[in-house]
Amino acid sequence: MTDMLDAGPLVSWMKRMCLSAVTAVLACGAVFPAAAQTATVAVLRIDYPSLLPLSRLDLLQEDRAFAGARVATDDNRTTGQFLGQTHELVEVATTPENAMADFQALVEDGLRLFVLVGNSEDMLAVADAAPEDAVLFNASSGDTTLRDERCRANLLHIAPSDAMRADAVTQFLVWKRWTEWFLIAGSNPEDVALAEAYRTSARKFGAEIVEERTFEDTGGSRVSDSGHVLVQTQIPVFTQDAEDHDVVVAADASDVFAEYLPYHVWDPAPVAGSAGLRPVTWAPSHESWGATQMQTRFEDSAGRMMDDLDYQTWLAVRVVGEAVTRTGSDDPKVLREYMLGDEFELAAFKGVPVTFRDWNGQLRQPILLSNGRMTVSVSPQEGFLHQVSLLDTLGLDRPETECRAFAGGN
Amino acid sequence: MIKYLLLGGLSVMAAPALANNVFVSNERGNTVTVLDSETWEQIAEFPAGNRPRGITIAPDGSELYVCSSDDDLVRVYDPNTFEELHTLPSGPDPELFVIHPSGNPLYIANEDDNLVTVVDTETHQVLAEVPVGVEPEGMAISPDAGIVINTSETTNMAHFIDTETYEIVHNVLVDQRPRYAEFTSDGSKLYVSAEIGGTVSVIDLTADAPSITKKITFEVPGVQPEWLQPVGIKVTEDASRVFVALGPSNRVAVIDGETDEVLEYLLVGQRVWQLGFTPDEKFLITTNGNSNDVSIIDVEKEEVIKSVQVGQQPWGVVVAPDQ
Repeated sequence: MTDMLDAGPLVSWMKRMCLSAVTAVLACGAVFPAAAQTATVAVLRIDYPSLLPLSRLDLLQEDRAFAGARVATDDNRTTGQFLGQTHELVEVATTPENAMADFQALVEDGLRLFVLVGNSEDMLAVADAAPEDAVLFNASSGDTTLRDERCRANLLHIAPSDAMRADAVTQFLVWKRWTEWFLIAGSNPEDVALAEAYRTSARKFGAEIVEERTFEDTGGSRVSDSGHVLVQTQIPVFTQDAEDHDVVVAADASDVFAEYLPYHVWDPAPVAGSAGLRPVTWAPSHESWGATQMQTRFEDSAGRMMDDLDYQTWLAVRVVGEAVTRTGSDDPKVLREYMLGDEFELAAFKGVPVTFRDWNGQLRQPILLSNGRMTVSVSPQEGFLHQVSLLDTLGLDRPETECRAFAGGN
Repeated sequence: MIKYLLLGGLSVMAAPALANNVFVSNERGNTVTVLDSETWEQIAEFPAGNRPRGITIAPDGSELYVCSSDDDLVRVYDPNTFEELHTLPSGPDPELFVIHPSGNPLYIANEDDNLVTVVDTETHQVLAEVPVGVEPEGMAISPDAGIVINTSETTNMAHFIDTETYEIVHNVLVDQRPRYAEFTSDGSKLYVSAEIGGTVSVIDLTADAPSITKKITFEVPGVQPEWLQPVGIKVTEDASRVFVALGPSNRVAVIDGETDEVLEYLLVGQRVWQLGFTPDEKFLITTNGNSNDVSIIDVEKEEVIKSVQVGQQPWGVVVAPDQ
């Protein structure tokens, strides 16, 4: 076993060396131990200029996204060794300016399986430039339009849509009978879109937005010494004289104000959405359904705790691994067909199998509701029924989507 | 009767001759509850380390083994006095194990290390570590003791390990998150439950290589299919009946061992996890993690006759052999 594990990085290094030149790919083939299939996944991470987060707990990690993909590749390798299948990982961190060129270089190197970490515009550009036989996985963007009128047949969504996350929160609030909402939205376009997701969700499940305000992003530094003193006077004033409400729902995709709301809002109401009770795919505190094993495996590998993005890249690479295991193929077309088919299902530490919606390529999955310290609940909530899958109570359902790029579409 | 003499104070109780001690590990309570299989009364509850899960007993009833998952070791108890005798090295986070029919060695699944650890129960030494798939869990040993099965929850395989060479000789891909494996007593069939896949794979062992001949699926009107999550399995000695614990659906499926068709579903306590027979197979005990009790099933009548409160979050169960 030791030999096998040691061989992993070596093979990976050799592979990367081979990939560095197009012509070398074929020549290098003979170097590798005979394997029935080799699946190589490239994680393309686009790093944008960003401000410091409001909370130090959200500081960007150097190995973000890659760390999850590494653990998944190790998982896939462990399984692959019993089947004569090889799994490789290529990691590329790039800038918005260089993203397309780096993507093209990977394509030239023969890669066809991509996990994308970036915003929706860049993801669409890459998807539209991809060769016909490539399969791409969106591991980061919640932009609901990518699952709707702007969907692409070659782009599958591991990250849940904003609509799914909003519905996860709404179901819990409705289950609690907290149906009168004070919605506070940021002023940036992503915040506006997120607020719209909450409005749609409120209509869908019967909650009422009784008060709505916009928190203007006026810039300025994120952190200042004794900043809490100012926050303690500003937020109560900002939230004063709202209509009677059960809960404050924050739509702050830009991380400008939501973290300031809990305890500072004028009326004694809980906060949900972008702060307080947050809809997440993963939290370092999640322990149910064997998740503790995943946490320890990740922490041993990365030397830090696992977050949402790590989970989503882990899941993307595991989806590929599972499809390779079951189909005995490394052909992206075969893998995509299997993933979108009835046979595909994957255990992902959420208590139920995750599967793909064959009408827009979105992975069905439960959403954790975390207070940052504990998993408070998991949606879908009891009592929200669906004729196909309870998970389809979250996000765009088949009749609602404008997506027509998939065989299972309308 | 010897055990009651050893217990001293308890010897005044009129104990029926055929009673066996039933040991239930309580995952959250950090204890083992002891029940009397005749009266179903609680005899004792004793501390069993941190997060006791897998539990088994030596074939001659001389030692009780408990996986203390959060202590990263196996604790060994005297099944009569409930005193801790010693511990065994297990590798990290032991969850389930199986004991050789001779009483030695013990084969332990280490969830965090992708290993099966083989431990000598007499010398307390680790004899071997066998690399398996990701998140090893279920363990079973063939009746002739030639093969140990390990199921790996993320790799989704049943690994067949040769007990002489400690080499993996076969891998059978099953459905998502395989939790438990159980042989028929003649060694001709192996049942493997897949918790998230919602199936039990029936693996035929009579040919040169093992192969899946059937996948048993479950359906209960009014119960969401997602909740039908097979975990623990027990097969009667004559292989006529297979019982499968179905987790959060609070049901135990009764399966015809000939046809492998589900005959009926018995309603038990909440989140039913593992199962254990009394040695005479008159009763099957189910651990119900979310209702803190065990259900007692009359095997012949295929009826739940009783539920008995135990410690917090009962996980595993084993019944002492006749003495």
